[in-house]
Amino acid sequence: MRVALFVTCVNDTLYPRTGQAVVRLLERLGVEVDFPQPQTCCGQPQFNTGYRHETEPLVRRFDRAFADHEYVVTPSGSCAAMVRDNYPRIGAKAAAEGRGEELAEAAGRAVPKTYELTEFLVDVLGVTDVGAWFPYAVTYHPTCHGLRVLGLGERPRRLLEQVKGLELRELPGAQECCGFGGTFAVKNAAVSAAMGADKVRAVESTGAGAVCTVDNSCLMHIGGTLAKKGSAVRPVHIGEILAATEEEPYV
Amino acid sequence: MSGTSDTYLGMPAFPAAARDAVRNETLRENLRHATHTIRDKRAKAVAELDDWALLRAAGRDVKERTLRHLDHYLLQLEESVTAAGGTVHWAADAGEANRIVTALVKQTGQSEVVKVKSMATQEIGLNEALEAEGIRAYETDLAELIVQLGDDRPSHILVPAIHRNRGEIRDIFAQRMGSWGRPALAGLSDDPAELAEAARVHLREKFLRAKVGISGANFMVAETGTLVVVESEGNGRMCLTLPETLISVVGIEKVVPTWQDLEVFLQTLPRSSTAERMNPYTSMWTGTTDSDGPRTFHLVLLDNGRTDTLADEVGRQALRCIRCSACLNVCPVYERAGGHAYGSVYPGPIGAILSPQLRGTGSDVDASLPYASSLCGACYDVCPVAIDIPEVLVHLRERVVEGGEVTRNGERVTIKPAKGHTAERAAMRAARWVLDHPGALRAGQRLASRTRRLHPKRLPGPGRAWTDTRALPEVPAESFRDWWQRTRGGAR
Amino acid sequence: MNGSVSGGASSSRERVLARVRRALADVPRDERPRDVGVERGYLRVHGDRTAEQTVDLLAENLADYRALVHRVDAAGLPRLLKRLLAAHGSRSVLVPPGLPSEWLAAADPAVVPDREADTAYELDTVDSVVTGCAVAIAETGTIVLDGGPDQGRRRITLVPDHHICVVRVPDQVVRSVPQALERLDPGRPQTWISGPSATSDIELNRVEGVHGPRTLEVILVGGGSERQAPSVR
Repeated sequence: MRVALFVTCVNDTLYPRTGQAVVRLLERLGVEVDFPQPQTCCGQPQFNTGYRHETEPLVRRFDRAFADHEYVVTPSGSCAAMVRDNYPRIGAKAAAEGRGEELAEAAGRAVPKTYELTEFLVDVLGVTDVGAWFPYAVTYHPTCHGLRVLGLGERPRRLLEQVKGLELRELPGAQECCGFGGTFAVKNAAVSAAMGADKVRAVESTGAGAVCTVDNSCLMHIGGTLAKKGSAVRPVHIGEILAATEEEPYV
Repeated sequence: MSGTSDTYLGMPAFPAAARDAVRNETLRENLRHATHTIRDKRAKAVAELDDWALLRAAGRDVKERTLRHLDHYLLQLEESVTAAGGTVHWAADAGEANRIVTALVKQTGQSEVVKVKSMATQEIGLNEALEAEGIRAYETDLAELIVQLGDDRPSHILVPAIHRNRGEIRDIFAQRMGSWGRPALAGLSDDPAELAEAARVHLREKFLRAKVGISGANFMVAETGTLVVVESEGNGRMCLTLPETLISVVGIEKVVPTWQDLEVFLQTLPRSSTAERMNPYTSMWTGTTDSDGPRTFHLVLLDNGRTDTLADEVGRQALRCIRCSACLNVCPVYERAGGHAYGSVYPGPIGAILSPQLRGTGSDVDASLPYASSLCGACYDVCPVAIDIPEVLVHLRERVVEGGEVTRNGERVTIKPAKGHTAERAAMRAARWVLDHPGALRAGQRLASRTRRLHPKRLPGPGRAWTDTRALPEVPAESFRDWWQRTRGGAR
Repeated sequence: MNGSVSGGASSSRERVLARVRRALADVPRDERPRDVGVERGYLRVHGDRTAEQTVDLLAENLADYRALVHRVDAAGLPRLLKRLLAAHGSRSVLVPPGLPSEWLAAADPAVVPDREADTAYELDTVDSVVTGCAVAIAETGTIVLDGGPDQGRRRITLVPDHHICVVRVPDQVVRSVPQALERLDPGRPQTWISGPSATSDIELNRVEGVHGPRTLEVILVGGGSERQAPSVR
C-alpha cells in the first residue's frame, strides 16, 4: 500500500521529528510513504480566523499535491478536520457566490481520502498493536477536533493500550479544550492561558511523565505552558510514541 | 436597535472584559462550580433517553421548517390567537415593542407590573422603558430578583445570577429587599432554602395585588394559538394566571407549527437546561378562558434583528435556539470569562453568534464576540436543536474581517471590515502567498533554522500574548521538508 | 389589531412580514412547509412496560422530584384524604366545583368551594387544595391539569401551600410526553406539574418550595376506574 504523508505546516516547520516518526511507523507496518513536495498548509489558521478567500488557493494546492494518491495520512486531528469538515463548506460557498464548482469538486476529491493517523492505522490498516515500546507513564488528551469533528473515539487509546511498557493514566476533565484554538490563543490570551493552566494542572495530577495528543498545535500550547512553569512533564505526539521501539527508542 | 437598554452600550471588546473576569478568583470559582454541576447532571439526564440523537434531529427539522416558512406560521399564529380571544401586535424593533407594552399597561391604569423571566424583554430593555414612564416592573424569578435588587446584570440565560454565591445573595437580600418592598427578616442566613423562603415572602404580596403580568414564551403553537412557558419556581404561574391583563412579548422565531411538535421540545428542553426529566411547572394557554386566568391577553411579536438574522443562510440556524443554555454550561470560555464579558443578555456560545447578528458587528464588543471561542465544539455537541455554533462563529469572523453584504433593519447593505484587522489581514495575505509558494516556505524555514540561536524567549507586539504564559517551541535545525529531501532525495 | 395602542400597528405587521419574505429569498417559491422534512424517528415511548409497571414508574419519578406519593383503592380514598389533611394540620380545604363530593366526606377541615369572585388574597388564606387531574405522565413524573371540573381554575392549585392531586390509575396514566399531548385539548389552559415548586438559582443547587405549593401530594387511586375523568378525551 502506498500513501501520501500530509505532514502539515506546523510539523514541517517546528516538529519534523513527528513527521519522521510517522514515516518510520508506517514503513515498519509495510506502507510505502510519499511526501509530495507541493504540499504546504491546509489553510486552517486563515479559515478559522475569517479569511476564507485566503484559504481557497490552499484547497486547490491540497487537491493538486495529492492528486495521485488514494490515501492521504496526516498526524494532525485538526488539519484532517479542516479538510473533511471545512473544504466542502469552502466549495459550497464559492459555488453559491457564482464562482463555479471547481472548489467543490476539489473538496469532493480531498475529503474521502484524508485520514488522521490513528484513524488510518485502526480503520484502514486494521491494527492496534503497532509493535511499539514506550516504557513511561503517559496521559492522553483527546484534542477537540479529533474528538468532536473527526469522532476519533477510542482509536488513539486502543493504540496506546497496546504499546509495550506504556502505562496509560486517566486525564481528569480529558474532554475539555486545552485553550489553544489557533489565533484564539493570542486574540483571547487571558482565557486561553487560564484554560491552559487548568489543563496542565490536570496533566500534572496524573503523575505521568508525558502528555500525548494527536495534534502538535495543542501540544505546543500545553507543552509551552508546562515549560514556562518548569514542569518535567514532556509533551509527545502520539505518532512518536507509536514509532518508538526497543531497537529505536524514543529519545 | 433603537430604545435598547443602555446597559450594554460602550462595553469593551470581549478580550478586555474577559481578562478582568479571569483575574476575579471568586467569580471563577462560582462559575466553575455551577457550570460543572449542571453539565454533569445534564449528561446523566440526556443519557436516560436512548433516542436523544433522533429527538435532536427532529427538533432541528421542526425549527428549520418553521424558519423557512416563517411568514406562513406567523400569520397562522395570529389568526389562532385572535380567534381564541387574544390581541396580536407586531413590533419591528425594541423601541416599537416598548411603546406598545407601555401603552397597554397605561390603558389598565396600573403603575406596576409583575414579570416572568423573559429574555426578549431584557433584550429590548423593557424595564427601563417602563420606568421612564413611571411604571415599576418587578422581576419575580429568583435569579432575576437577585440581579434586580443587586443593580446587576444577568450573566446566564437560565441562571442569571450564576456569578453570585450564596453569601453574596444573602447580602443583597438583607440590604436591598426593604427598598423594593417587604424587607428580609433580620438574621437571614446564606442557606439556599432560607434565601428562597425570603424571596417567597418578599414577592407574594406583589403577586397577590398584581393587575398586570408581563411574560415571554418558550413556544407559540401556530395551529392552535397556544403559548407555552416552562419554569420551575411558580412565579411564572403567578404572573400568568393571577393578573387581569397579560402581555407576552415573544420573538418571532419562537413559533412552532403544531401541537404535536411540542412533544419534541418538552422532552429536550428540560433535560438540556435544568437537567430534569421535566421542569416543575409548564403553563400553556390559548387566548383567554372565561373565569380562569387573565381576561385580557396581548401578544407582542418581536422582530428586533431576527429577520436580519433570518436573511443569512448560514447564520439563520441561530434562530433555532430554545434558550436552554446547555452551550453555556459546557463552554470552557464562558466558564472563565463569565457572562458579563459577552456584553449582551445572550452570553456564552449562543450569545457569541446571536448578538452580532441581532445587533450587527458595528460595536467593539459585537465585532469581538465571534472570536470568543476556541472552536472546541462542545456547544454544538450538546445543543438540542443542533446549531452548529462553530460554523456560525467562523462565518461571522469572515463578516468581521472582510465585511460584505448583510441585512440591517431589513435592508441589504454592504459593510466595511471591522476596524483593527488591517495588520492581521496583511499578515494573512502574506502567509497565504508564502504557503502557496513552497519554495518561499522552504526559504523561510531555512532562515528560521539558521537564526534559531538568536530567537528571543519573549516576543514583542502581539506575540507577547503567547510568550507571557507559554514558552516558544524551539525551531529545529532542519525542517521536515529538508530532511526528506536530504534522506529520500528525489522521490517526487 | 389594537389601533389605539400601536398607532402604526398594521404597518409594522406588514413591515415585519415583508422582511421575513425578503429574508427567505433563497427558499424556492413553490416550496410548501410540509416539503421541509421532519424525521420523527424518535420513540413514542421509552422501554417496554406493562400498565402496572407504568404506574410504578410514575410513582418512582414523582417521588424522585419530591412529590409525596400515596397509593390507595377507591374505597380507601376518603380515609386517606382525611388523614393527609389532618397530618398537614389543615383547617380549610379548597375544592373545585366538580370534585366528587364523597372524596372529602370524611375530612375534618372546612370545605371551601372555589368561587370566581374569590380574590388571590382569599385563596391565600386556605390551607390545602384537593383536585383530580387530566392525565399523568410516567416517564417524566408529571401530572397535567387542564381546568376540568375536578381540577378548577389554574390559580387554586397555585396559591394554597399544600396541593393533593388524585390520579386514577391506570386509566389516567400515559407513558410518555407524546402520548400525553395526544390526549390533551390545546384549547384548555394547562398546568403541567412535576414535583413541588423548585429553584436551582443559588449555586445551581435544587431547593424545593418557592412560590407554588411547597408540598405536593399525589394519590394514585387504583381499582376504582368506574368512570373516566371528565377532561380526558
